[in-house]
Amino acid sequence: MMRTLLVRGLIAGVIAGLAAAVFAFFVGEPHVAAAIAFEEAQAGGHSHGEEVMVSRGVQRTIGLLTAHIGVGLALGGLFSIVFAVVYGRLGAQGVRTYSALLAGAAFVAVSLVPFLKYPGNPPAVGETGTVGSRTELYFVLLLLSVITAGLAVAAARSFADRFGGWTASGIGIAGYAAVMTACGLLLPTVNEVPDDFPATLLWDFRLASLGGLAVLWLVLGAVFGTLVHRELAPTPSEATPVAA
Amino acid sequence: MSQAAVPASTSIPTPVRIPLREIVPWAVLIGALAMITLFFVSAEDSAVALLSANGYVHEFLHDGRHLLAFPCH
Repeated sequence: MMRTLLVRGLIAGVIAGLAAAVFAFFVGEPHVAAAIAFEEAQAGGHSHGEEVMVSRGVQRTIGLLTAHIGVGLALGGLFSIVFAVVYGRLGAQGVRTYSALLAGAAFVAVSLVPFLKYPGNPPAVGETGTVGSRTELYFVLLLLSVITAGLAVAAARSFADRFGGWTASGIGIAGYAAVMTACGLLLPTVNEVPDDFPATLLWDFRLASLGGLAVLWLVLGAVFGTLVHRELAPTPSEATPVAA
Repeated sequence: MSQAAVPASTSIPTPVRIPLREIVPWAVLIGALAMITLFFVSAEDSAVALLSANGYVHEFLHDGRHLLAFPCH
C-alpha cells in the first residue's frame, strides 16, 4: 500500500512541479527579467552574468523547469508519507478531503509562513556575503514551522475527544499561529533591498513567487487525492457535501 | 479491489489506517532522498558547495531558486 501511495505521490509531484513551472514562466519570469535589467543598470552591482556559463535562455526555461520538477518530486514523496501517517487518524473524512486539507496545511506551514518572515527575493535584492546566514535562518524557520505544525496537529487530535473536532482544530491552529508569531518576532529581520529598487517590482515578484508555491501545493493536493482515492476508499460513497 | 462489495449503509466509512510500522522504512528512504533533492535545488553551489561546480549548478537553477523563494544570492 505504501508503495502505491508513494508512486502516486511522485506522479502528483511531477504534475504539480510542471504546473508551477508554467505559472512561474508566464507570471514570474517577466519580473526576474526586469530585476536583472535593474541589476545590470546599477554600476558595481554584484557579479551576475559576467562570465556566463548558463545562458538566460536556459535559466528561464530548462533550469526553471528542472528546479520545479525537483521540488515537486521531493514534496510529492514527502506528501505521500505524511498522508499515510495522518489518513484515517484525524477523523472520518474521505481520501480527497484529506489530501486537499493536508496540501492546504502544508502550503501554510512549509511555504506561506516562512515566506512571511523571509520572503523570496528577485535578483539584485540580497547581498552575496550574507547568503549563508540567510539560508540558515530560512531553513531554521521552516523547520520550526513544520515541527510546530506537527505538534499542533498531535495536540488537536488529543483534544478532539474532549472538545470535539472543530474546537480542537481551533485550539491547534491558534497554538500554531501563536508560536509562529513569536518565532517571527524573535528571529532577526533581514532587509537587503537596495534603496532605489522599484517597490512595485519587489511586490510583483514576491506575489508571483508565492502564487507559484500556491499552484504547486494546490495541484499536488488535488492530483494526489484523485489518484489515490480509488485505492483507499472502501465504498464509493465518499462524496460528502464539503468534498464536492 | 477486494473491498468493492462492502455495503454502502454507512455514508462515511471509517478510513483504513496504514500501520505506522509499514510507513517507517519508506519514510526514512523518501525522507533522505527528498532532503538530498531539496538541498540540490535550493542551496548547493550557493550557501554550501559540496560539488566543485564553480557556480554552474547555481546558474542553471537560478530562476527556479528565486521564484521558489529560496535564498539565492
